[in-house]
Amino acid sequence: MDLLITPFSSNSFMLQALIAGILVSIACAIAGTFVILRGLAFIGDALGHGVLPGIAVAILVGFPGIIGAAVGAGFMIGGITLITQRSRLSSDTAIGLLFIGMLSLGVVIVSRSNSFSGDLTRILFGEILGISIQSILIQLAATLVIVAIAIICRRPFLLLSFDPEQAEVAGFSVRLYHNVMLFMVAITVIVSFQTVGTLLVFGLLIAPAGAGALLSRRIEAMMAWAVLFGALSMYSGLLISYHFNLAAGATIILVTVLIFFIVFIIQNIRQRRLPRPQELTHG
Amino acid sequence: MDSHGKVVTSPGSAGTLYVQAKALDIGYSNEIVVADINFELRPGEAIALIGTNGCGKSTLLKTIVGLLPSLGGRLTVFGMPPGNNRPRIAYLGQFHHTGFVLPIRAIDVVRMGRFPLYGLWKRMNQQDDEIVFSALRAMGIEKLADSPLRSLSGGQQQRTYVAQVLAHQADLLVLDEPTSGLDAGGRELYLQAISDELRRGASIIVATHDIQEEAALCHQVMLMARRVVAVGAPQDVLTPDALLKTFGIVVTGDKHLQVLETQHGHGDAEQPDLNKKGP
Repeated sequence: MDLLITPFSSNSFMLQALIAGILVSIACAIAGTFVILRGLAFIGDALGHGVLPGIAVAILVGFPGIIGAAVGAGFMIGGITLITQRSRLSSDTAIGLLFIGMLSLGVVIVSRSNSFSGDLTRILFGEILGISIQSILIQLAATLVIVAIAIICRRPFLLLSFDPEQAEVAGFSVRLYHNVMLFMVAITVIVSFQTVGTLLVFGLLIAPAGAGALLSRRIEAMMAWAVLFGALSMYSGLLISYHFNLAAGATIILVTVLIFFIVFIIQNIRQRRLPRPQELTHG
Repeated sequence: MDSHGKVVTSPGSAGTLYVQAKALDIGYSNEIVVADINFELRPGEAIALIGTNGCGKSTLLKTIVGLLPSLGGRLTVFGMPPGNNRPRIAYLGQFHHTGFVLPIRAIDVVRMGRFPLYGLWKRMNQQDDEIVFSALRAMGIEKLADSPLRSLSGGQQQRTYVAQVLAHQADLLVLDEPTSGLDAGGRELYLQAISDELRRGASIIVATHDIQEEAALCHQVMLMARRVVAVGAPQDVLTPDALLKTFGIVVTGDKHLQVLETQHGHGDAEQPDLNKKGP
């Protein structure tokens, strides 16, 4: 029991890491659910890369990283929108290059800093063990905003995930609610980078919600599973990294990905054994 | 077909038109697919759009519900330009999310049919639950209400989508090939359900391949082949000659005529003789 609780009860940095981690898990579970349902994985990944140069500039100039991240995210969304509108044939090529361009730009900017590798590691992989109370409060506010958006927009978001044309005909503007959804994903990425880093946040966005999708027959259940898997990964990832002296952020992400594949394999085995419901109750 | 007899009385005042198209041009991004469409739809009436794939049926439906802008002429829906009366219109598109990723139960899909009436905030009540359930029952899938959409067969999913449209209790139903994928039982339930909708006073615009039963149930039929071949009462329009023009002959890009299909002969009418009427 000591091994499972003491690391958190006797080290305030571990406790703060766990609190921040659970808040990030909630935000990522909600945003990630819609990232998966709307097929926005691409955008989630792009945002992760896009925020990097912004953070890098902020660190050099001495601004809070979170402001730089917001600017970077705005730039990335603008860039993708522009490319998608202009070119029909090779938008994925152009967007792919935009990803890697932003990543390189970020690294180039950070290389001007005095502690190059230290700063870069912090940005890419987060510093969950050095989270301040202030960061936790920002994270809390962002998570509340995301929860509020998901509750207010539950009907349009459900229709949008089901069939965008249906949403439009029902009177919910597809463009408006799509942008609200992007905004929600952007906030999640922006506030999560301190915890798990720009490179790893994508994992936390996709893996828990993906595992949830495999297990659920309702969106609410999918989100609940995603929160559970995210929080579980945070706790066990922090614990493992503490006892074995491993990089915390990467260990956490490794656990979430592992959970996803365990669920994936179990579901595959179960589906092969059970007959599908339509064969039992044919209408 | 006695059980699906045509509804003769049309509720609502004689002057009201739910849909009116005058010299309407439709198409995608300024490329006209069908020009000069004229028709009127009154409360409690149905019109069937008939033609091969790509003839402009779906384009017309999307224009009516406001998903596509009209490219010329005049189109009013409930006396206004399309897109202004969304809560009164139920739309069933041709392509659906199969729910392969989306975790959603059949009943949730049907419940979505009530969303247009409630916007973001207004709460649904017990009456909505009853309407949702009766829509499920109308399509014979009440036992599948709690099943995940992705576990249903194609026909059961199509029944679910039809039930969603029924749950709306809309004034205008715009349906794009609603019977595709339905088995005989499902088609029977569907025909009964739309008769009930008409009796309730709703109007229906339906794109269909079902000349035998569904089109015969409608008050008007429009034959389309990238132009309007004919529009009018089924018995006047569904002639072998008009059907040949609709299905048998397709104008290809270089303006030479080509016979494509002829199996859509109507009832006991004799099959058109291709060798004589072909180019």
